[in-house]
Amino acid sequence: MLRWIVISVLALGVAGTAFWGYQEHQEKNSILIQAENNYQRAFHELSYHMDILHDKIGTALAMNSKESLSPQMIDIWRLTSDAISNVGQLPLTLMPFNKTEEFLSKIGDFTYRTAVRDLNKKPLSDKEISTLESLYKQSGNLKDELRRVQNTVLEEDLRWMDVQMALATQDEQSDNTIVDGFKTVEKKVEGFSESNVDSSLTGTSSKEHEYKNLKGNNIGQEEAIKRSKQMFDIDNDNKLKVTESGKGANLPIYSISYNNGDENGYLDMSKKGGHPLTLLVNREVSKKNLSLNEGLQQAKGYLNQFDFDDMVSFQSNQFDNVGVYSFLYNQDGVRIYSDAIEVKVALDNGDLLGLTSRNYFMNHKKRDIPEPELSPEEAKEKVNPEVTINEENMAVIDNDIGEEVLVYEFLGVLENETYRIFINAINGKEEKVEKLDGTEINFASVSEGRVVSSLFP
Amino acid sequence: MTYKKWFLFTMLCFLIVGSQTTSSPNPANAFTSQVIQQGATGEDVIELQARLQYIGFYKGNIDGVFGWGTYWALRNFQKDFGLTIDGLAGQKTKQKLADASNYDEGFVKKQIQKGNEFTYYGGVDPSKQTKPDSGGDAEQNQNTSNNVEPSAANVPQGYSKNDIQLMSNAVHGEARGEPYVGQVAVASVILNRVESSTFPNTVSGVIFEPRAFTAVADGQIWLEPNKTAREAALDAINGWDPSGNALYYFNPNTATSDWIWSRPQIKKIGKHIYAK
Repeated sequence: MLRWIVISVLALGVAGTAFWGYQEHQEKNSILIQAENNYQRAFHELSYHMDILHDKIGTALAMNSKESLSPQMIDIWRLTSDAISNVGQLPLTLMPFNKTEEFLSKIGDFTYRTAVRDLNKKPLSDKEISTLESLYKQSGNLKDELRRVQNTVLEEDLRWMDVQMALATQDEQSDNTIVDGFKTVEKKVEGFSESNVDSSLTGTSSKEHEYKNLKGNNIGQEEAIKRSKQMFDIDNDNKLKVTESGKGANLPIYSISYNNGDENGYLDMSKKGGHPLTLLVNREVSKKNLSLNEGLQQAKGYLNQFDFDDMVSFQSNQFDNVGVYSFLYNQDGVRIYSDAIEVKVALDNGDLLGLTSRNYFMNHKKRDIPEPELSPEEAKEKVNPEVTINEENMAVIDNDIGEEVLVYEFLGVLENETYRIFINAINGKEEKVEKLDGTEINFASVSEGRVVSSLFP
Repeated sequence: MTYKKWFLFTMLCFLIVGSQTTSSPNPANAFTSQVIQQGATGEDVIELQARLQYIGFYKGNIDGVFGWGTYWALRNFQKDFGLTIDGLAGQKTKQKLADASNYDEGFVKKQIQKGNEFTYYGGVDPSKQTKPDSGGDAEQNQNTSNNVEPSAANVPQGYSKNDIQLMSNAVHGEARGEPYVGQVAVASVILNRVESSTFPNTVSGVIFEPRAFTAVADGQIWLEPNKTAREAALDAINGWDPSGNALYYFNPNTATSDWIWSRPQIKKIGKHIYAK
């Protein structure tokens, strides 16, 4: 009897301990993940901030007017302090990383000094401009190095917790790619001499015009299905599913979808007027048969078919075997940036893979465009004289406070970088300066040896 | 250097390059028939950049992506050669370019494959225009296949490849069982949060915000994302937003918070309800 009591008590004890141990283990794991996430966040944000920092310094170089330069400097200053705080959160206490921090605070000091100064009375001197230029180059190097490390981290699924362990135990055997990568970054910065992101414009209309000018009458489900079949270019309506939007939608819509084995289609259609807002078809795109240019012709055809008139091609990009095109509404030779439509075309057979016209329908209306008060020549004088202007257009953009303004749009080159510069056509204000990129070194496709070898010098 | 030595040296160069090179411009074989325009990627772009660099118009990297640098180089070429200035490489432009320049396909492709830093200016010894990138222990890939991947890629303005990768990870962790549109919608919620003033202002900030995404909290974000998740992330970045400008989404079967039900709902895609 006593034996059984002892056994059961012990068994309970063992079970209890196991349970407690398991709970502890779970807790430890979730805390590990939490800590890991914080490190990851700090690291990816650092890389992102370096990216933006580089762009902003570049943009500052292309700017001319004092009114836009001061806020830009403040922005750069703010970004450096963000980046410094990101560095501070990384578990790098055991390795020297102070050169990078020093470099960041150097940028910060410089931009702070210029930002608080009245640039109207005391504009940037030649020496300061050359300092800015070298900061631009150096931040570019640093950005590339960080991206390289980031790419390795993502590709190889590296953990910061492991880095910390490696640093703490000085374990040379373990995989210390991150540490080596950061040492490279640090070395780059040491080499700098002592003397020294914004998303794209389209689709970021800050003031929502709330689809005020949507034309047409409300349509029923039957009609919606009929129209969607035309848009998807399919004939069997059996498989089409329709749902209606809830109360939270800022525009009542029908969502129509179908599923044909390997192919899925999805369409958001406004109830009012039955306009397509978002169309997406997902399928495997096989070998490329059409050039990006032929795809563009297809895309234009689809726009005509969907009754979008006066759209001009604005950008095109090839991602694998898919062409993505964006179009702007063109009213009497003036490009309206907020009325944008994106079209996706499969480059195997030219089929429509996607269309999004939310921005177009949200903002589109017939506008009263005023006569410009500045001549193109007068506007050009407002642009930084260092910039070589290659192309010019008239455009309507949303300015900082979300108002639509008529501008001259200049595409220009400064030191191998291309900038888009908007000068207000009424009062000559430099509304926006944008650095254009959109290509990036393909770290993964360049022979594997390259990335790794640079991390293990 | 005597003629003979020069000849030997050139031969040696060709041996080192180790692939069949065409030494004279051969317009018939130049380019494929496509009209090359800005945003394109691939071998025709590599050839275009190399030829433009050969005659001094293009000063950037030969990376196979038709970006702004290539665009301006092409326009300047068209201007100087009396062609219509449209920044498109059509038949006429390509013919003129092929006549005016030389393209050593083997050399250029080899450099790209090896990941070397190189240039391709005419009248300069090719071997002086290349240096192996960092240390030179890049693997000697003797595979002389004719398909060369561009050494750069298009990225949407304002985003890096790593941003896209991070978003694909989040999409895969959060919505891998969902239909494709559902995955695009999850990605656009991340972007809508970046835009919103009540959330962090970076993609990584939004994703790693504590308690924001369950896949981040339980580590599922580190699963290898599949191609679909990547395409979905890219679509969202390129402007598609099937969520209808949503800031939240939840699975009604597993949602533990009552608060989430109080948000105005926009629509349901797959298992997720999207809300403002």
